[in-house]
Amino acid sequence: MQTFLRYSRKMILTAVVVFCFTTLILLIAGAPPFAAYYHIFKGSLGSWSKIAHVITVWIPLTLCASGLLYTFRIGLWNIGVEGQMIMGAIFSTALLRFGIESHQPAVFLGLSFFAGAMGGGIWAFFAGFLKTKGGVHEIFAGLGLNFVAQGIILYLIFGPWKRPGVASMSGTEVFPQTLWLPFLSTIRLSPVGLVLALAAVMVTAWMLRYTWVGLGLKAIGKNQYAAFLFGLKPGRYMLLAMAFAGGFAGLAGCLQVAGIYHRLIPAISSNYGYLSLLVVMLSNYNVWVAPGVAFFFACLNIGSIQLPMMLRVDSSLSGVIQGALVLATLAIYAWQTRNKQKERQN
Amino acid sequence: MAWLDFTILMSSVVAGATPILLATLGETITEKGGLINLSLDGSILLSAMVAFAVAFETDNLLLGFAAAAIVGALIAATVALFSLYFGQSQVAVGFVLTLMARDLAYFLGNPYSRLYGSQVTPLQIPVLSKIPILGQIFFNHNPLVYLSMVLIGFCWWYIYRTPMGLRLRSVGEQPRASYARGIDPRRLQLFYAVCGGLLVGLGGASFSLYTKPGWGRPQGAEGTGWVALALVIFGGWQPLRAAIGAYLFSFLQVLGIYLQGWLPSVPAQVFQVAPFPLMIFTLLVMYQAQKETVSQWVGDKSWMKTFVEVFSGAAPSSLGKPHHPE
Repeated sequence: MQTFLRYSRKMILTAVVVFCFTTLILLIAGAPPFAAYYHIFKGSLGSWSKIAHVITVWIPLTLCASGLLYTFRIGLWNIGVEGQMIMGAIFSTALLRFGIESHQPAVFLGLSFFAGAMGGGIWAFFAGFLKTKGGVHEIFAGLGLNFVAQGIILYLIFGPWKRPGVASMSGTEVFPQTLWLPFLSTIRLSPVGLVLALAAVMVTAWMLRYTWVGLGLKAIGKNQYAAFLFGLKPGRYMLLAMAFAGGFAGLAGCLQVAGIYHRLIPAISSNYGYLSLLVVMLSNYNVWVAPGVAFFFACLNIGSIQLPMMLRVDSSLSGVIQGALVLATLAIYAWQTRNKQKERQN
Repeated sequence: MAWLDFTILMSSVVAGATPILLATLGETITEKGGLINLSLDGSILLSAMVAFAVAFETDNLLLGFAAAAIVGALIAATVALFSLYFGQSQVAVGFVLTLMARDLAYFLGNPYSRLYGSQVTPLQIPVLSKIPILGQIFFNHNPLVYLSMVLIGFCWWYIYRTPMGLRLRSVGEQPRASYARGIDPRRLQLFYAVCGGLLVGLGGASFSLYTKPGWGRPQGAEGTGWVALALVIFGGWQPLRAAIGAYLFSFLQVLGIYLQGWLPSVPAQVFQVAPFPLMIFTLLVMYQAQKETVSQWVGDKSWMKTFVEVFSGAAPSSLGKPHHPE
């Protein structure tokens, strides 16, 4: 009870700080703050179709966040999640392209999930390999590979996979409808993605809590040297964690292709990989809190689409709020630990 | 005629390198002191927006540059404070600030989109610009370009030839030892983070007031911050090599425009990815060259030796590991 109280007090404090900051920013931009909040709320939760739209953003965020929990648990900063998502999208597009001529499109649709997870996993494994064997810090390896993936996707869209006639930023040719993930026609939401994201959360929670993998990751994350003396091999676990993270991110990329855009576009990842890093940080690396944070972030992203139309301000306000939330949480956490240390000293 | 083409090409390489050169030098100084400022990409965009907005409103370019430098310094100071004094992960804070500053720039800069504002005016250097070819390439620009060129030498001189530079390197390598010698590593790291941030801000301003004049979404400076981070590593944390990297990148950008004519199926953006594999490769070679087996193997092969020497260099030993005196 006491921890719950302390936790909620921290949350309220964070919310107040961020609310004041955002209101200030809105006033600087000359927009009425409360109207802006109202439009964000109504634009995200105002109708069933809007909620469905929010969930289509929630799915990739949650998948990426679940994957990141493995890497954060072992103490790795998998900033390469963005590129892993892109590679997942590329691999599943490659597979779906074989399905265009086929008489069994459902088989290719099913296989594309494996291809996506594989693509993300390979890209993450690559970063992990550079880290464990090459001595390249995972942040630099991941960042570098993100941009390489970005280069590959641009090359494919403008080169080998370009639309007949014109190559453009609008992406490759749209797949035939037989290769689309089934979706509920009224709200355009694919239940497959929803099930996959929920399953990812469950599997991650179970893996981290009840299996030797989770224990190993935690042990190495807490004290790499002690775990090594105990007989665990940090390098192998790091690769394993990276493969999990990449696999989930790749799956998210595959869903973007097969479930939402039905083609490959340059911005297929929509920065959801980077955003999911914020989600995990804000949820304090807790597997049960992360989906909630992801939902809130998705609401902000979708709700703020209304802002340019309604108030003539840019939709990037969502990103400002999301960043401010994480920063405020870090600041309040730091302030509290400082106070605790002072108390102990007195 | 061919010579004229060449000088114009090289001149645009020198001019185009200015913003990224400033940002790279700034980050080199910050990282030399042991702090990673990952917020570069956002800092550059926000300072670019502020520079354009201030210059547009006040009709004063210098004020625009000053405001941008302050923005860059403030963001860098935030990273440094969180990391050094509040004990938070500098990577986390830098990363959050990257995304947040970028979105803040888009949000606050919206009213200034696609407006026509003032730009830096060219200033020929009287005698030097008359030198054939070289004069055209190096001395027929504006004060900003000259400043960036002068700063390369100044940074090198400061870091390697002055007592202050020695202290800067010492806190980056051995903060505990410098602490024992009576230097406060945290204060010094904060100071150099702010200095680096000032330069990053100037880099951002030179985008919106010079190389890619104006503001909009997208501005065109997106991704530069990450390139600068890669170039610091490619430069082995040395200002001269980092500067060469910046010019190489600018050359690649200019070349990309020409290559587009020959390889129309490959968009220019693909060429701009090149610094990133190079960064990974540099880090890989640096790490491998430290191993005994590798250095023995390299030992008697002269071409391998030069190859390793080109890529060798080491990160400041305590880069990213702040010192907490307790």
